[in-house]
Amino acid sequence: MSVDLELNNATTTASIAFQLKGGLFTLTTLQIFNPDLVQLKAQLTDKIQQAPNFFHHAPIVLDFKIANQPNIAIDFANLKAMLQEVNLIPIAIRNATPDQIQAAIKAGFAILRDTPNTRDKEKLSSTAQPAPKILSSRIITEPVRSGQQIYAPDGDLIIINQVSHGSELIADGSIHVYGALRGRALAGINGNQQARIFCNSLEAELVSVAGNYKLSEDIERQAWKVAAQIYIKQDRLQISVL
Amino acid sequence: MAKAKVIVVTSGKGGVGKTTSTAAIGAELARRGHKTVVIDFDIGLRNLDLIMGCERRVIYDFINVINDEATLSQALIKDKREPNLYILPASQTRNKDALHQEGVGKIIELLKNDFKFILCDSPAGIERGALMALYFAEEAIIVTNPEVSSVRDSDRIIGVLNSDSKIAKEGGEVKKHLLITRFSPARAKRGEMLSLEDIQEILAVDLLGVIPESQAVLSASNQGIPITLDADSDAKFAYRAAVSRLLGEAEVAQPAAKGWSFLRLFKGETV
Repeated sequence: MSVDLELNNATTTASIAFQLKGGLFTLTTLQIFNPDLVQLKAQLTDKIQQAPNFFHHAPIVLDFKIANQPNIAIDFANLKAMLQEVNLIPIAIRNATPDQIQAAIKAGFAILRDTPNTRDKEKLSSTAQPAPKILSSRIITEPVRSGQQIYAPDGDLIIINQVSHGSELIADGSIHVYGALRGRALAGINGNQQARIFCNSLEAELVSVAGNYKLSEDIERQAWKVAAQIYIKQDRLQISVL
Repeated sequence: MAKAKVIVVTSGKGGVGKTTSTAAIGAELARRGHKTVVIDFDIGLRNLDLIMGCERRVIYDFINVINDEATLSQALIKDKREPNLYILPASQTRNKDALHQEGVGKIIELLKNDFKFILCDSPAGIERGALMALYFAEEAIIVTNPEVSSVRDSDRIIGVLNSDSKIAKEGGEVKKHLLITRFSPARAKRGEMLSLEDIQEILAVDLLGVIPESQAVLSASNQGIPITLDADSDAKFAYRAAVSRLLGEAEVAQPAAKGWSFLRLFKGETV
């Protein structure tokens, strides 16, 4: 009986003391070129004076990638104390050698996953030729029909045909329609303000760049059934005839 | 004998003339000597048998054959007018859930050996019945009325053909033909209907034919006679011309008559 009670208690919300959740955070990284504490402190103090609010109690990650060309011993305890003196909060290190990692853990640092170093890259390239980084764009040659939704992740969407009423084009980058645009077009959906929409004949139900949208009622007043581009200027969606 | 060509007659929207067109085109193909079967996929809302005038001869249906309750030859109804024309009626007491890909595929494979043309009369919508009707199609006749909602729905069904048909899934493309029905040139001219140019611009599909709005279509349907086998009318000749284009044949000579001079619009457009 008592076991049952305990189980019941454990499952009620009131008795749960914590919950683990994942999160992605932007952290300032301090790339250390030279671990000389005196020099570091002087230059850091100078830097922090330029924007004291930005650096005040800011969590800092220390990156030893460049300093480690030769493997060097680092006095982590004193390094930590020095950073705290200038009101930074060092939390973790990365790109350290195994010896440095041992020392850093003793000094109370967390270890972040390393960025791949050049030697790893060489290893990779020996097995597989890395593809050159090209911005991916998606090209559609067929008419886009009512009810179809086409998404171009990470790049531009190019339609070399017409786009019907009731269809939807979505791109992280720009959208180009070499034909009539009669459906919806949403460019820069991840907030890219530089994205634009281009079309041979603007007859769209909705156009949107980085979340700023216009419906056909508004579009009609500015440009209709003409070649046009839609872009953001001074935080407002602009339509201009091409 | 070469295997039959499977053609779906579809539209997305209801009431645009799919069943009338299936009956008219099926009967005309048979009249020209091509052994043809028309299949009613509108399970639960059986109509093709009425339009074809054989509703009293339905004993077994499509679903009975799928469920092995009857053989194909028991269910097929031979037309009394055209010896090359057969009808596979829908079940009136079941619903579309009774259709499944495997069963439909099995029946179409069997029919392919005996026929030259298999015409699948699709129900309206984009649900199971319509998807089953178009799944095995090699060609599609898109029936459209000259009005905005019908054109929009046709556009949608073309998209479905491009993504959900067997051929599309294997990386090919279903050949599509546009059949515009209930067209009135006078009303289009007055702007009360979409023009042929507008429809073609929106749908971007080759035009198979334009059937004029005609009292003859309604009266043929009510009598259970496919319009292509009924008395002469402008609609009858328009359907016959459409079948010629479907077969890739030279257009049949049409008797000159008042009111359908607009048919000349397509002269020279045949593939």
